[in-house]
Amino acid sequence: MRDKTAIVGLGATPYYRRGASAPQTLEELVGKSILAAVQDAGLRVQDIDGFAYFAGGFDTAMLTETLGIPEIRFTATLTGTGGGSAGAIGLAAAAILSGQAETVVCVGANQQGAQRFGAITAAYPATPENAFFSASGLVGPGHMFALLARRHMHLYGTTREDFAEVAMAIRANAVANPNATLRKPMTREDYFNAPMLADPHCLFDFCLENDGAVAVIVTSAERARDLRQKPVRVLAGHHGGSRDWGRSIYWMNMPDESFASSGHAAVAKRLYAAAGVEPKDIDTAQIYDHFTSQVIMQLEDYGFCAKGEGGAFVRSGAIRLKGGSLPVNTDGGQLSCGYVWGMTHVREAVEQLRGTAVNQVPDARLALVTGGPSIIPVSGLILGN
Amino acid sequence: MAIARRPPPELFKLSTNTWTQPFWDATARHELVAAQCTDCGHFRMPPTPFCPCCQSQRITWTPLSGRGEVYSYTVVARAIMPGMNAHLPYVPAVITLEGAGGIRLISNVVDVAVADIRVGMPVQVVWDDVDGQGVAVPRFVPVTAG
Repeated sequence: MRDKTAIVGLGATPYYRRGASAPQTLEELVGKSILAAVQDAGLRVQDIDGFAYFAGGFDTAMLTETLGIPEIRFTATLTGTGGGSAGAIGLAAAAILSGQAETVVCVGANQQGAQRFGAITAAYPATPENAFFSASGLVGPGHMFALLARRHMHLYGTTREDFAEVAMAIRANAVANPNATLRKPMTREDYFNAPMLADPHCLFDFCLENDGAVAVIVTSAERARDLRQKPVRVLAGHHGGSRDWGRSIYWMNMPDESFASSGHAAVAKRLYAAAGVEPKDIDTAQIYDHFTSQVIMQLEDYGFCAKGEGGAFVRSGAIRLKGGSLPVNTDGGQLSCGYVWGMTHVREAVEQLRGTAVNQVPDARLALVTGGPSIIPVSGLILGN
Repeated sequence: MAIARRPPPELFKLSTNTWTQPFWDATARHELVAAQCTDCGHFRMPPTPFCPCCQSQRITWTPLSGRGEVYSYTVVARAIMPGMNAHLPYVPAVITLEGAGGIRLISNVVDVAVADIRVGMPVQVVWDDVDGQGVAVPRFVPVTAG
């Protein structure tokens, strides 16, 4: 897979506050991001011949009809939920490498006017599986991941100071970003004064709830050379996960060594091997930040520090744009810029590698993007320029 | 000092299948049981159709002591959906069950000062009967002396 495909187009709607995208429909937001992405690539919408989704995807039949795409040759989605956001690019690459499609869209979008993601687990239908957690009052992912955070604190001495550093470092990046939802600098006092939603997670440990859509266009590396934008090379895009992680937060029976983790360790190992790079080679990481504690656990699972040392790693200033060895979530992340099911991270990695990011990392050559820690599949992506 | 309460009862939605029904049948009798592989002895919860160790489908429903310890917990003290306020604070917890090979149950710690709850705290099951559904929900309180 290495270097055979590239991201050549990028499109996004504004990041709206929850509910503020009305009266646009979700399909409309998706379509707008796709049209923006093909225009950015110097392509026409008629050139699209494939869709590679995650989290169940969107209605390809409807999109094809309404956008006027003549023929679709590939349409598929990764299973699972937000875990697949980075891996959808790998799915697109697989379609292109196998000759099934040439110009593939990956798109993520959400609209939370009717249903907040923050309380989504309470809205799940009654199933035999859900009956084993619904009574406990875990009504949102933030409650569930708080259990992992507490265990990490217990095992490794991680503290809320460490979570605060993640929140503040990422907020500092949002300050300069005109697309960001929250641009006021966050102080330590701001963090500790925030309401406690699911101890040890306070308000600022939670990601935003936005409406919006982000799309990218993936094509062959060969074709990418003739298009408008500087190609962003796909070095590796993998998804999957180990049995030990499995249904993760909906199961809570992960072995002790992987309970307080992001579930990404297996995918991370394969991702680096496929890309032929190591953690020290990564110039910037766009890490799925639905919760600050999960940023720390992903930094461990992706080998930027040893297991259990994620708290100390962030406390050292390592993830800061200014002075850090690994600038993380340079757009302000899902914590402060915008939440579009992980696709904002793909967008920011592409902008960093094009050299057009608001908070440009000097000489950024390799970027890591992660999908959401959730049920398997989880996923990762390494891009280069 | 805030005492750990119970989450809104309407959040519990009972649904069962062949593999989970025996667990809920036992709750009606206020018995905590766990799925154990009849062939290799591996415990698994929630119950599923296959043993992950030997792929057997034979299950023995092993009665447990009802004791365990707090593996992790969170404190929900703020409503994120309507109707929650009257039930705050409550404490969702993961409980390692005694005598069941380290398997865990997602439940709540109740009827104790929130500030006294710790990872590793010994707990024992108490039962909340569910109105009209013929089952009970297991929750946990600190182990009392004797």
